[in-house]
Amino acid sequence: MKYQQIDQYAAKISEEKRASVYGGSKAGYDSRIKALFNHYTAPDELRQLAGQIKQHAIENLDTYLPQVEAKLQANGVRVHWAEDAHEACQHVLELMRARNATKIVKAKTMVSEEIGLTAYLENEGIECLETDLGEFIIQIAHENPSHIVKPIIHKNRREIAKLFEENGLGDYNDDPQTITLRARQYLRLKYLAAEVAITGANFVSAESGRLVVVTNEGNSRFSLAATKVHIALVGIEKIVPTDRDLAVLLNLLARSGTGQQLTVYTEFISGPRGAKQPDGPDEMHVIFVDNGRTEVLASDCREILRCIRCGACLNVCPVYRQASGHAYRSVYPGPVGAVLSPLLAGRQFPELADLPKASSLCGACNEVCPVNIPIPDLLLRLRDRGKRERSAAARAAAPSLGTWALGASLPSLWKAGLKIGGILNVLPRPLLPRAARTWIEARGLPPWRGGQFRKWMKLRSKK
Amino acid sequence: MNLSREKIISRVRAALAPLKARAAYPVFPDNVATMPASVTPTVDISRLFKERLQLVNGLSFDDATSLAAWLKAKGYVHGYCDPLLWPRLSTAFGAGFSIETVFDRKHVDDYQFGITRAAGAIAETGSLVLNDATTASRLGALAPWVHIAVVAAKQIFPDVATALTSLGDDPNIIWCTGPSKTADVEGILIQGVHGPGEQIALIEE
Repeated sequence: MKYQQIDQYAAKISEEKRASVYGGSKAGYDSRIKALFNHYTAPDELRQLAGQIKQHAIENLDTYLPQVEAKLQANGVRVHWAEDAHEACQHVLELMRARNATKIVKAKTMVSEEIGLTAYLENEGIECLETDLGEFIIQIAHENPSHIVKPIIHKNRREIAKLFEENGLGDYNDDPQTITLRARQYLRLKYLAAEVAITGANFVSAESGRLVVVTNEGNSRFSLAATKVHIALVGIEKIVPTDRDLAVLLNLLARSGTGQQLTVYTEFISGPRGAKQPDGPDEMHVIFVDNGRTEVLASDCREILRCIRCGACLNVCPVYRQASGHAYRSVYPGPVGAVLSPLLAGRQFPELADLPKASSLCGACNEVCPVNIPIPDLLLRLRDRGKRERSAAARAAAPSLGTWALGASLPSLWKAGLKIGGILNVLPRPLLPRAARTWIEARGLPPWRGGQFRKWMKLRSKK
Repeated sequence: MNLSREKIISRVRAALAPLKARAAYPVFPDNVATMPASVTPTVDISRLFKERLQLVNGLSFDDATSLAAWLKAKGYVHGYCDPLLWPRLSTAFGAGFSIETVFDRKHVDDYQFGITRAAGAIAETGSLVLNDATTASRLGALAPWVHIAVVAAKQIFPDVATALTSLGDDPNIIWCTGPSKTADVEGILIQGVHGPGEQIALIEE
């Protein structure tokens, strides 16, 4: 295999798609910089603080999980636990069956993607409709999201207009305002017809048992205004110790994700609707999902559980920008996905062990991360693990270092190598070593100057 | 079901057991993430709220008469209003409006505007704070194209941190920061996706 899988994918995507992904992620990065640095004098200190809060939370989950469970129950919420994707799906199905319910609207839940909920429920005759505009478009296109906060970053308006036309959502019209209005009309009838709303949670406060859900479109709010049952799918790492922590995290999440001061709708949900409120759920369920998270917690990569899913590391990553989210072959793309996806894969780790290599280790992801996750360090640890587990995916297209190691351990051989290396400058291309040939496909090869530095040093110390 | 709970919790314990020390909860003031410009002590909170609401494409009015004039000029004459509010507002609105005080979800698209009470507001971000106790209908505050929240000036919190420490015990609190938005299609900003395309605050002294 000449290339790693991610390179193979990136080489095949259309110029149109590459331009969409590149433009979209760059714009996201620019607005983040503007919001953070215009608003704060020391945004880096805030990032570090947020990282400490989340690190404390995940390292004390043994305290916080029982605490949040008790609080939720006291608030009138029923709590369920799911060890894996299948059990989480089963919980939802049982809740649906017990209520003879067949229609779900869902909002803001990456966990539902992770556990494959929609396909599972459709098999059981239950409709499970995405309500975020981008996610809705993905669903009718039978695709997967390619970005954490901009799921259709890879699509342009013409493709969307065609898709709407094919799905009976009006004649071809690629005006974004018209596209949005049509989705508005279509989806509000779906909200009103659905019996059950499924959401995720951006944060859950152990202190109050409040679930915090943020959206810009208001789709989570509409789901929770129109339906009678609320089911929240929550990864066990979403817990924060207290309500006051949310001031730090909400401010950073909106700025890092979309360059906003706050996301438009920030909803704090601690139970079924209030006694006098006519709209909203009569019952509320929280399903805490493990699905590999406790394994991540036990690993030397547990810092990744701090992630608040803002997408900033995708926007800044030179590999993501060129390869697009689908190249990562998993629900979580980009630098965070390169760490999280192989870890969550459990026994299938070796199949995704090439992802940690999809990085130049430039460190930009760490610099923008609102919870200061040392992503490059984690990538290195996972590269090591991929090597130790002899993953074929990780080994693909990796040049052997045996010859280099031999040369580097014998000074005389090394010096001789430096001298002979000059031959590279005159060799015809097809005779170059493979690594050099691959390199020059997309770049120039600098002339060989081996040994020059040593010569220069010698002359310099004589003077 | 409880078996899964025990398994997960015991796996969490096992994962954390080898840690020699757990990361400590950091020390920080409540307002550590408040924008420096919002903590100037001389700032008029009402004015700051109005400015910030404008920055997120919201509108504010100080009296019901000018709000009614704005609605009329836009052709928005049919709406929903919280039954407790309407007796107070009807004089200022005058003739020419048809108002319903029960939100009928069968006619969700017939209402051009919805008027409900807000529990408060946040000056720093231009957000309106709604909760189940004061909002007469979640749908009435969400489905119509225009949402008007009536908020008392004295209930405007200076910043997010203060609003968070005063959440109270309502089971559902929502902060609305401007109209409903998306940039999903080619990053182009569109307002009025599932919620209102116009977010308005009527501030009462």
